[in-house]
Formats: sequence, structure tokens, C-alpha cells
Amino acid sequence: MSTSDTKPQESAAQVTIDGNEAAAYVAHKLNEVIAIYPITPSSNMGEWADEWSAQGRKNLWGTVPTVVEMQSEGGAAGAVHGALQAGALATTFTASQGLLLMIPNMFKIAGELTPTVFHIAARTVATHALSIFGDHSDVMSARSTGWAMLASASVQEVMDFACISHSATLQARLPFVHFFDGFRTSHEVMKISQLSDATLRSMIDDTLIFEHRRRALTPDRPVMRGTAQNPDVFFQSRERCNPFYEGCPSIVEATMKKFARLTGRSYELFEYVGAPDADRVIIMMGSGAETVHDTVAYLNAHGEKVGLIKVRLYRPFSMKHLLKAIPPSATTIAVLDRCKEPGASGDPLYMDVVTSYAEAIRTGIAPATSVPAFVGGRYGLSSKEFTPAMVKGVFEELRKKTPKNHFTIGITDDVTHTSLPYDPAFSVEPADVVRAVFYGLGADGTVGANKNSIKIIGEETPYFAQGYFVYDSKKSGSTTTSHLRFGPRQLHAPYLIEKANFVACHQWFFLERFDVLETAMPGSTFLLNSMHGKEQVWEHLPRQIQQQLIEKNMKFYVIDAIKVATEAGMGGRINTIMQTCFFAISGVLPKDEAIAAIKTSIKKTYGKKGEHVVQKNFEAVDKTLANLFEVKIPARVSNAVELPPAVSAQAPEFIRTFTGTIIAGKGDTLPVSAMPEDGTYPVGSAMWEKRNIALEIPVWESELCIQCNKCALVCPHASIRIKVYDGAALANAPQTFKSMEYKGTEYKGMKYTVQVAPEDCTGCGLCVEVCPAKSKKESKIKAINMHPQELLRLPERVNYDFFLNLPEADRRTVRTDTVKGTQFFQPLFEYSGACSGCGETPYVKLATQLFGDRMLVANATGCSSIYGGNLPTTPWTKNGEGRGPAWSNSLFEDNAEFGLGMRLTVDKNTEMAQELLTLFTSELGDSFVREILEADQSDEAGIYEQRVRVADLKKLLKKSATPEAERLLSLADYLVKKSVWIMGGDGWAYDIGFGGLDHVLASGRNVNVLVLDTEVYSNTGGQMSKATPRSAVAKFAASGKPTRKKDLGLIAMSYGDVYVARVAMGANDAQTIRAFLEAEAHNGPSIIIAYAHCIAHGIDMALGMTNQKIAVETGYWPLFRYNPRLEAEGKNPFKLDSKPPSKQLREFTQLETRFRMLEKSHPERAKELALLAQEDVDERWKLYEQYAKGTNGKPTPAAEHAV
Amino acid sequence: MDLTTYYLGKRLKNPIVPSASPLSRNIDMMRRMEDAGAAAIVMYSLFEEQIEHESFEIDHYLSYGTQSYAEALTYFPEAADYNLEPDQYLELLRKAAQSLDIPVIASLNGVSKGGWIKYAKHLEEAGADAIELNVYYIPTDPVLAGDDVETRYLDILHAVKSTVAIPVAVKLSPYFTAMANMAQRLVNAGADGLTLFNRFYQPDIDINEMEVVPSIHLSDSSANRLAMRWIAILHGKIKASLAATGGIHSSDDVVKLLMAGADVTMMASALLKKGPEHIADVLRDLEKWMFDHEYTSVEQMKGSVSHRSVRDPSAFERANYMKALNKYKLLV
Repeated sequence: MSTSDTKPQESAAQVTIDGNEAAAYVAHKLNEVIAIYPITPSSNMGEWADEWSAQGRKNLWGTVPTVVEMQSEGGAAGAVHGALQAGALATTFTASQGLLLMIPNMFKIAGELTPTVFHIAARTVATHALSIFGDHSDVMSARSTGWAMLASASVQEVMDFACISHSATLQARLPFVHFFDGFRTSHEVMKISQLSDATLRSMIDDTLIFEHRRRALTPDRPVMRGTAQNPDVFFQSRERCNPFYEGCPSIVEATMKKFARLTGRSYELFEYVGAPDADRVIIMMGSGAETVHDTVAYLNAHGEKVGLIKVRLYRPFSMKHLLKAIPPSATTIAVLDRCKEPGASGDPLYMDVVTSYAEAIRTGIAPATSVPAFVGGRYGLSSKEFTPAMVKGVFEELRKKTPKNHFTIGITDDVTHTSLPYDPAFSVEPADVVRAVFYGLGADGTVGANKNSIKIIGEETPYFAQGYFVYDSKKSGSTTTSHLRFGPRQLHAPYLIEKANFVACHQWFFLERFDVLETAMPGSTFLLNSMHGKEQVWEHLPRQIQQQLIEKNMKFYVIDAIKVATEAGMGGRINTIMQTCFFAISGVLPKDEAIAAIKTSIKKTYGKKGEHVVQKNFEAVDKTLANLFEVKIPARVSNAVELPPAVSAQAPEFIRTFTGTIIAGKGDTLPVSAMPEDGTYPVGSAMWEKRNIALEIPVWESELCIQCNKCALVCPHASIRIKVYDGAALANAPQTFKSMEYKGTEYKGMKYTVQVAPEDCTGCGLCVEVCPAKSKKESKIKAINMHPQELLRLPERVNYDFFLNLPEADRRTVRTDTVKGTQFFQPLFEYSGACSGCGETPYVKLATQLFGDRMLVANATGCSSIYGGNLPTTPWTKNGEGRGPAWSNSLFEDNAEFGLGMRLTVDKNTEMAQELLTLFTSELGDSFVREILEADQSDEAGIYEQRVRVADLKKLLKKSATPEAERLLSLADYLVKKSVWIMGGDGWAYDIGFGGLDHVLASGRNVNVLVLDTEVYSNTGGQMSKATPRSAVAKFAASGKPTRKKDLGLIAMSYGDVYVARVAMGANDAQTIRAFLEAEAHNGPSIIIAYAHCIAHGIDMALGMTNQKIAVETGYWPLFRYNPRLEAEGKNPFKLDSKPPSKQLREFTQLETRFRMLEKSHPERAKELALLAQEDVDERWKLYEQYAKGTNGKPTPAAEHAV
Repeated sequence: MDLTTYYLGKRLKNPIVPSASPLSRNIDMMRRMEDAGAAAIVMYSLFEEQIEHESFEIDHYLSYGTQSYAEALTYFPEAADYNLEPDQYLELLRKAAQSLDIPVIASLNGVSKGGWIKYAKHLEEAGADAIELNVYYIPTDPVLAGDDVETRYLDILHAVKSTVAIPVAVKLSPYFTAMANMAQRLVNAGADGLTLFNRFYQPDIDINEMEVVPSIHLSDSSANRLAMRWIAILHGKIKASLAATGGIHSSDDVVKLLMAGADVTMMASALLKKGPEHIADVLRDLEKWMFDHEYTSVEQMKGSVSHRSVRDPSAFERANYMKALNKYKLLV
């Protein structure tokens, strides 16, 4: 098809979607091969592409694009490079470190002048800390690759620029990075015009595709590309591409013009908005430009003369076009960068502008007279808010004679004083825009309902609609804040609502946590989900809320949504009820129309999941209005109750002032000086964040307890603790504190207590499920039972405090090799923000109980690094002696190497300490030195004694002032054993980090690898990894994974000297503990592959351990240990620890949505894959049995063929 | 030999009908049953819970934990469509009705007067020749009187009958104070047939785990006595077809139940144990027995030893129990 400049017949459809969907929509239409890899916040683009292809959706040319998940972003870039070389239209999506991993390929793709577009949800690159949020540090790191770069500032632009870049790349032969701000644009839901197929067709010239195919590598017309070149010609070759870069800007310009003719939406390479005679101008790119756009309009309407240049095409940077855009009247120009290049003479965009202008003056393109003053500034790092108030602050600064250069805006920098002041009260929000803020829980469906509301308003009314959602950093019990705007004009407000005319609080307890009315404007409306009726509610409101309702002259409505939901048979899902209330009160739509629209949307959302769920939702809607009441607001405040402080007054200062501020939701107010310089934080902070998220918590029935300690073992949050102690300690026990005689012989005569941390428990119920002790009289009563938390909170808080002060067990006397024994050890990983009922954390916690006081942890990015290290708090903590795991997260892909590095240093330090120690033989005595050097540290007693010796040594060394003594003093602690643990999920171990893991396993070094195998990328939302089993549905495997799971254990065993174990705590806890002990004892590499049930499996999380048991019983997850030491003893190193499968695989897969879903979505394929999956199980069992029976058990090549 | 019988107004080539069981979960097995001589097939049961709760369950697990955490806003890909159990049932029913020559009876199970009843209409539209309505209510509430329970049965039947035009048989449990009266009331309410009896799943107790565990055991011939008695009693007294189910394993069992007055005899356990081809064996044995005993048709045999046809009807009543008791000897 040839290009046509005629306007398409059909009118553009209005859709309400987010930036990721907009980009994916165009990318899926215009590509043939899509290679993907998950990384926040770009994962959704790949997910859309995979889903659409799985559903058979075709591209513009009638074929379903092939979507392939790779093992890393580096792999995705490689695959795209290959696909392009072979002549396909190919693309990928990524962000942050993912983009950085693509850079080597990007240089090549550009060097080979290959047309393609990578869509980037721009995200912060990790520095002193990881951040999933948005800024331009990733795309700026790729600016030297030679790719054209096009920046979108809004969801509409994402769709438009995706198309423009795909069109331009074919013409220009330069590859394009099309980027937009992560989260702010990638996740903002907006009503936009969708590009029709006709428009897309008109924009893509098929002859250029034919040319691209003609350039492809094919044996039918062989050429070679990718040579190696020498000093003689490389340089000249590199310059050969210049004409393409020179030509690119005008191609993009022409493409934008053509696009404008087709759609009516016109863009320019550098687009000026504002007063034609502006004296002050801001130059910037990305979503922040939208904020400046609106602010400029407002300020000019109020008598100022300001302007904005939106940078669209950042590379190739066209000086000519930029100069055209700058108004000659401009005297001061601020160039704003959303990234930081420390040590540079300026941030990148600023440098480009300044250099260009200087060059333009020198070459006479720009007048040498009246040169504007340029200043550079930084804003919005890691999605820091960028508001009209800040924009005004910048323009105010530009009024000054010598405005601050290299400034920051939006923070308080009291260290190097870069920040500009601004008036946070300034707002440009127009009166006719509805601004609604909703506080909900992740679990109550608030966000989903609000996304629906936006769609309803976007699609049913002429209103423009925008939605943005803020989540906290916890995976369980997380709070969500929804920011919705509706207005008669296109909305340009990519910042959170600061002045709301509607506030809804979907959970009562938020009132006691934070000021939900902070953003409420005078005369606004407050909707509260309340168990107290309209007559009673007032008395229960905290003072701050009462006062604001009165002072702000607000309207106030209540509904008991839980009651309505229960009556309608909806359980705790209050989403449609609260949504109905919003429509009923806000008046955005006439009531009847709104209700009809809600019902249509319910039908759309739930229809395919069955009629019944639709009917129940309808019922809930119908019952809502009768239960929604306006509350008459009294004239006076009647409650004196204030919001409690975020953390206890007993907390250390840093926790109170720094951590507490973040917990209270006021982290934005912390100045630069409050920050640790290098990203170092104290451990043990989670204990101060009392989240109280459990509705029910376990209660111990001592008379039924058999003291097995299993409840504590499986507790994912270390919220059940067990101590055995001298009865004398009970003298001052609180009244309700429980204890019993210890039943075993080892602590005969001592007392035993199982204690629950009432405010830290998440209420998952795993402990109750594993408790084996039942009442003889009533089988449903166990030794641990769930009871409502509210009544227990205060007495158990006192009991728990008392319990914590009881002495810890003497590590020298506890039997470490039993389930029971391990649970007398203090966990040094506690109260994490992991999902309620998490299957990973019990393993992590167990490791800290066994080895925590001597542990270094390298933690791969993923769930474990997030619940382990996401501010405000960390679950990693230390014991009474101040010892505990030292933890760090480097990257996703390098974790094994990172951990090996730790080991290398520990070994070197130990070696140096030993070398130095020998120098002191005469001074300290031969036997003392030998005792230290030859100490047996294989058990707790040995380590304890070595610590005593080292303490003595240090005392002696302190007396000596020699340089050697000082050196030894700085290294002496390394004479005590250290345990290096490398932890991460299957995405790391099986996929992105596999190369490194493999190398580390082959290193022979004493590292312990713990693979928390959830069989998907859990942290990014359940994408397939090579650990995903055949027939399971996962993201990127929407039609079920067709291939079998990689057997990582077998691969590790093939080295012969690697300790390997496969464990499942829920199936055999004793084997798990043996594996941990043996792995640690093995003086070489060891790897434990631990089955971790996961929320991404679609299971009842309370039954996670039961599912593990069935996984083992069906042969789905056989247990084994491979201990090279046994081989040295002439024994079979391979020990199969589980019994032959006693059940069909189906009995396991039926329990989990990840398998069952395939039966619902692809029934025929599900049958086929289920058969193959059963074969996988059978064959693997046969193979393992061979090893178990074999003389040396080593997997031989022949045995591997038998698989 | 004329094995023809009439059931729910339909002429069947013989009195052997596989009752609701997992065997009818796929079309190939249904074909094998037809090939082995089945005169009609009652398809496996579609349960109220499946209709009512499956969609909830799917929605629950697919949305559990979603929209809570910025990096993982969902955990599963969205499918274009969900092939729910009721949809699968209708699809299979449609296929069976099209490809089998024998009548296909759909089985709908439920306990309440809910929205699930409208599925009867879908079953009819999918081509079911008749519906077997199985009300399996276990009245655990001590406040609920027998009359309330009976009313529930009648209400559900009413609701189904008013939805469809095809015949409806009611599969009953034996736990009625006045079984005969209940049968009559159901017929008055529009039941075209009664299937006697439903075997309730009987849970067991694991004494080590102190847990209630499912226990499924297949029937044997001794189980058909209950149906035999009540079919014998009801035969000729109510205007509805009678189907015997539970414990029909051999041709002797078939003969007995026909003599008691059944219009059809339904098999499940025997076919699960021996495979669908067992139908052919039973039919062959039946014909042989009839030939040996000089019967020419099933109609001849039907009800020949029913309550009203035997010389001593009390044999089906209390005397039977007395006699049995009198003959009983202590074994220990």
C-alpha cells in the first residue's frame, strides 16, 4: 500500500486507557516480532502484547505478532537485533536498568542504521537506592547510542508519538527510543483519541518496509554485517552515518505534519507555548511539560509573560529547530532536567541547549546580542511531584538578576542549598474540574472501581477524565490513594490532587492513621464508609476530622458499605458500593444514567466470568442508595482524640524523626540534610511500624499445645515467637500472659510460651493450618486459633513486650537440627511487608534464626529485596549483642556475583587476619594463637568460644600500638566464621542471573544460594520464568507454558562439588532444616531450591503449606539432597527425601488458579498440557529414583538422556 | 424380543439408561455407551454451586491481591473468555444431542430457589430431551419442619417446569416421612417422572486426623432394594414414569426392578467398574433370561411383581421387615 494523505473516513474512537496500553496498542499494530522482559513500570506493555497475541489479535497487515519473553533485557535487545537483521518489524519495551542492559545492542542497531522503535517507560536508575518510579536517568544513559529519541508528555502523545516514531524510523533508518514518564504517564489513565487502522496505514509507507526487508540478511542474497574493523577504517565508517542524523529531524517534522493532517493533532520538534513576547521561558521534556503548559497559560492570563518549549525530538538534537522555537524576547531561560548527572558541568538537556546556543552564536545562526541567560535545574527525580506551584517558583527565580543555576525544585536542599523556594498553596486548578481523592485498601477494590468510574465518565460523557493511583510500599494491607479528575476540557495536570472537591475514605481506620481531609477544599464533600450510622458517626470522628468538616463547611455522607456488601453476598468487596455512592453524591452524571452506566460497566468487567457475579454486583448497586445518608454536621468539635504519632516515643531518634515521618506519609517534607549520605540505613526498623492490619490474630491454647513449634516456623512475619525460660522470670508477668511447663527433657522444669505479636501479625492463618494439636472434645479447636484482633490488641501488646524481654535461648544448648530447636532462636528477619501468608519469608527467617548473627546477604532484586529493603522500614534486624545479617541488594542480574564478591572479601579478610595473627605468636603465646587459628567453628558452641577468644585478642591488641596490631584489630572479627547467603527468586536464578549463578556455583567458594522459587516473577506481577511449570498460566504465557520447568538442581549437581537441596517447608520441615544446616556446613558452593507458594498462584494463602504438601505428594515437587561430602565417604550423595508420588498431578493443579485458569481459557490445550505435565512428573521421578539407587548418584550424560 | 419401554413420554429401545456419572463427561464415552446399547443417557450433574459460585471463585482468585502494589497491579493475564463449567456443560450437551441418536437427559442439581434454575432453559435450548432435576437438600436446621422441606422441592419443581416445555423427572432422596404422598405431590406439581433414589454422598471420619473425609464407594446389587420397594409401591398409583437407580448391576437386577414397576433401570457404579460395554452384556443376559422364561416384551414384565400385582402386598410393607427380623440369627 502506498501512502495516502487523505483524512481517514472513520472518526477516531475515544478510549480511556493508560500510557502503557497506548504504546502497546500502536506497537502491537505495527510490529511482527516482539521480544519482552518484565521490568516496572514497562511490564504492562509486554503483557498487553502477549495477551493480545494469545487472543489472536492481528497487526495492521493481518498477522498475529510473535511475542517472545527473553531471559533479560539484554536478551530481548539481542533478539530484537536479530529479528531486525533478518528483516522483521520488531520492537521491545523496557525501563531503567533494563534499558541499560540493552545499550550494547542499541549501539549496534543504530550503527547498522536499522529502523525500530523501543518504547520506554522512563524510570530512575538505581544509585544509592533502587526506585521503581519515573525520571529520565535511564533514557539519558542511552543518549550516546545514536538512537533518535522522542519524548511523550501525556497519554495521548504516547499513542501519537508511538505512531510517529514507527513511521519516522522507517524513513530515517535511525532506530527510535520513544519514551514517556514511568508511572506518571505509563500508569495514568486518560481519555484519549485512539488511532484508527486507517490512520496507522496512512502513516506507514509499505515501500519502506519492503526496503527494510530487502536489506535483511538472507542466504538468498547473502551479505555480511557486523565485521570487526581496525584503526584504518573504523573512524571513517563511523562518520559515514552522518547524513542520516542530519536528515532525521526534518523527517520527523514532516511526519508530524502529516500526522496533523490526518488527526488534527499537530506537534513540533520543539514546541513553543505561551506569550509570544515572553521574557522568561522554560525548556523541558516529558510529563512535567504538561504542568508547565497549564501554569504558563494561567500566569499569562494573570498578566505575566512566560513561555515553555516542549522538547519532543531530543535526539538528533536539532539546534536549528530549537532556535526557531525560542522567542526573541526571552531574557532568561531555565532548562529543566528530570535526572541528575553528578559531577557533570550540567545536566544533559541543559548542556545540549547551552552548547547549541553557544554554537549558534558562534556560527551566526543566533544573534550575538541579547543572548538570554540560561540556567539549569532539576526536578521530579523518582516521580517526585512537580506542581504548578513549583513551576511558578522557577519563573519567580527567573525574574532575578542572577537566577540560581543548577538549582533543584520540589525539595528542601539544606546541604548544598540548590533548592528554590516556592509557595505550595499556589494552584491553577480551574473551578469546573471535579477533583476526587479516594483512600482505600488494596484489598477492597477501590482502585479497580475508580478505574471503572474513569472509563464510565470517559466513555459515557463528553467529559475528559484522568486517573492516577498511588500505592504504598507494602504488599499486604497496603493503602491506595486514587486521584481522579473530570473536566470539560482536555486535562493537563500530571500531578496529584492537592485541592479536592470530593474526598472518600473507604476504611474507617484510616481516620486514625492520617489526615484524610488534608486535601479537602472548603465546601467539598466527604464520603465515609462507616460502621457507625448517621446519628452516631460524629462522636467517633477524631478531632482533626470534626474540625475540618466544620471549618471547611463540608458536606458529609456515610454508608455502611460492609453491611451492604455482606447483604448482597459480596463478602468484603465494597468497590461497586462506594463507586455508586460517588456517582450518587458527586453529580458528575444524572443519578439514573450513572447507575445504568455502572451496571453496563459491571457487565463488561465481570460478564465473561459468569452471570452470577454480575447479578451480585447489580444487587449491591441497587442496595446502595437506600443505605447512603447525609450527616448533619454539628456546630462544635466534640472529640479530643488526636492522631497518634506514627511510631512509638520509645523508638530510636532516627526512627522517630526520619522513618516516622515517612510512615506518616510526610516523607516529602524531609530535607536533604536528613538523608544518609550513601544510602546506609539502620536495621531493625520494621519493629517500630505497627501496622495492625490483621482482622484476626492467632491465640495460643496452652493446654492443647504439644510444643512442636511448627506455628513459629511457618509464620511469614515472625509474629509468633517461642521462648523457653526460667519460671522465675514470670514474677512480673502481665495478668493475661500465658505459659506452661516445658514438656521435653532438655529444659526440664523450665517454662514455655508461644506468644503472638498482635500488631505485626497479618492474619494469614498459616499457623493455624499447620498446628497438629486438636482438642479431644472439639476437633475444630486447635492449640492455635484465630480471634478478632481488636479486643486482643492491648493485652497482647503488653504480653508481647514482656515476652520480648524474657531472655533469649542460649545458642550453645539449643538443638539446631530439629524443627523445634530452630524456633527457640531469635528471628533476625521480622514483620516484613510481604504478602499475608507469603511462602518465601519463612525460609528467609529460618536462615536468620540459624545463621543470622554471622550472615552476609546478597539479595537479588525482586519480592525479597522489596519486602527486605523498601523504605520506610526493613525487617532485617540484629540481636541483643548487636549482631545480625548485613544485607544488600545490588541488581537483579548480578546477585550471585555480588554475593561471591562478599565471600572473596570475607575470605581475604580472614586470611589476612590469620597471617597477621601468626606475627603475634610470641607476644600472645603459641597456644592462644593456635587455638584461634585451629578453632572448630562447626557448631554454635564452637563459634561462641571463638568469639570469646577474639574478644580477648582484641583486648590484648588494643594495648599494643603497633601498626600490625591496628591492622589485626580492624580484621580480627573475621577470625569468627561468616556465612555468605545469596538469595533471590526464580526470575533471578533461572533467567536473568543464571549465567552468573552458574559461574558462582562453579567457583568452588563457600557461598550458600537460596532460591525462593515461586515459579514466576512475583514482584512484577507473575510473569513466566524458566521455573514456571508446564501448563501453568502466567503473564507472558497467557495460553499456558508449553515447555517444562528447568531442573536447576540437576544442573547444579552436574558440578559434583556443589551441595544441592530441593525443599518444601510445608511438606517436610525437618528436611528443610537439614538442608539449610548441611548447605551452610558444606565448605563450597551450595544451593537450596525452596518451593514458595505465592499470591501469584491464585491460591488460598492460608493453605499455602498444605498446597506444598500436596505438591510433594503428587511428585510435582520431589524433595532431595545432594551432598558431595557423602561421596567422599563412599556413599551415594543423592538422597531422595520424598516418597513416590501417591496422587495424580491433577490433585495439586486443581488447587491452584494458575493451572485451573487454562481449563477455563483454553480447555483443549489445557488437556494436552496436563497430560504432558503428568509425564514430566513421572519421568523426573524415574530419573531421581535412578540417582537415589545409583552407586554414586551423579547425573551422567546417559541418565540425562533418559529424561 | 421387544425390549421397548416408555420413559418420560419417549419410546426407548430398551430399559437400560446410564445415570448421571463422570462417564458422560466426554462425548467419546457417551458414544461408547450408545454403541453398547444404552437407550438414553442421563448426563453428569450440573450443580447449583457450579452455576452460582464458579464465577465468584474465578473473580476472587483472579483479583485477589491485585491493585495493591505498584509493581504487581495484577497477577494473571486477562483471558478473552472464560469457559465456565455451565458453559462447558451446555457445549457438551449440544454436541451429544446432535451426534447421538438416543435421547439425552440433562441433570440439574440444586438446593435453593435461586437464579440457577434458569439454567433449565439453557439446557432445553442446548437440545436436552428431558431434564432430571436432583434436589439434594440436607435439612440440617432443626427449626425447619418436614413440610418446609417438601415445599422447597415442590417450589423448585414448579420453577423449573414453568421454565421449560421438555419433560422433567425428579430424582429423590428416600428420606420422606410420607414417601408415597410426596411422590404424588410431585406428580401433581408437574413431575413427568420420578427417579428413585438419589444416593447421598456419605462422608467418613479419619480418626487419626479427627477430620471429616470424603468417601466414595460404588454400589452393589444389595443397594437396589430401597428403590425396588418404593417402585413396587408407586407403580400404577401415580401418573409418572419411574426410573430405578442405585445398585443396578446385572440383568437380574434389571428384571427385578422392571417387575417392581420401573420403566427404566439406571446404571452408574456398574459402568464405572466394568466400562460402558457392560451395558451390552446386561442386555444380552436380559434377552437370554426373558427368552428362557418365555417373556416376549419388557412391557409384559413391567410391574408384574409390584405392590398392587402381588398376592400379598404386605410383603412390601411391614411384614417384610418382621420376617427378615424373625429369620435373623445371632452370628456371635
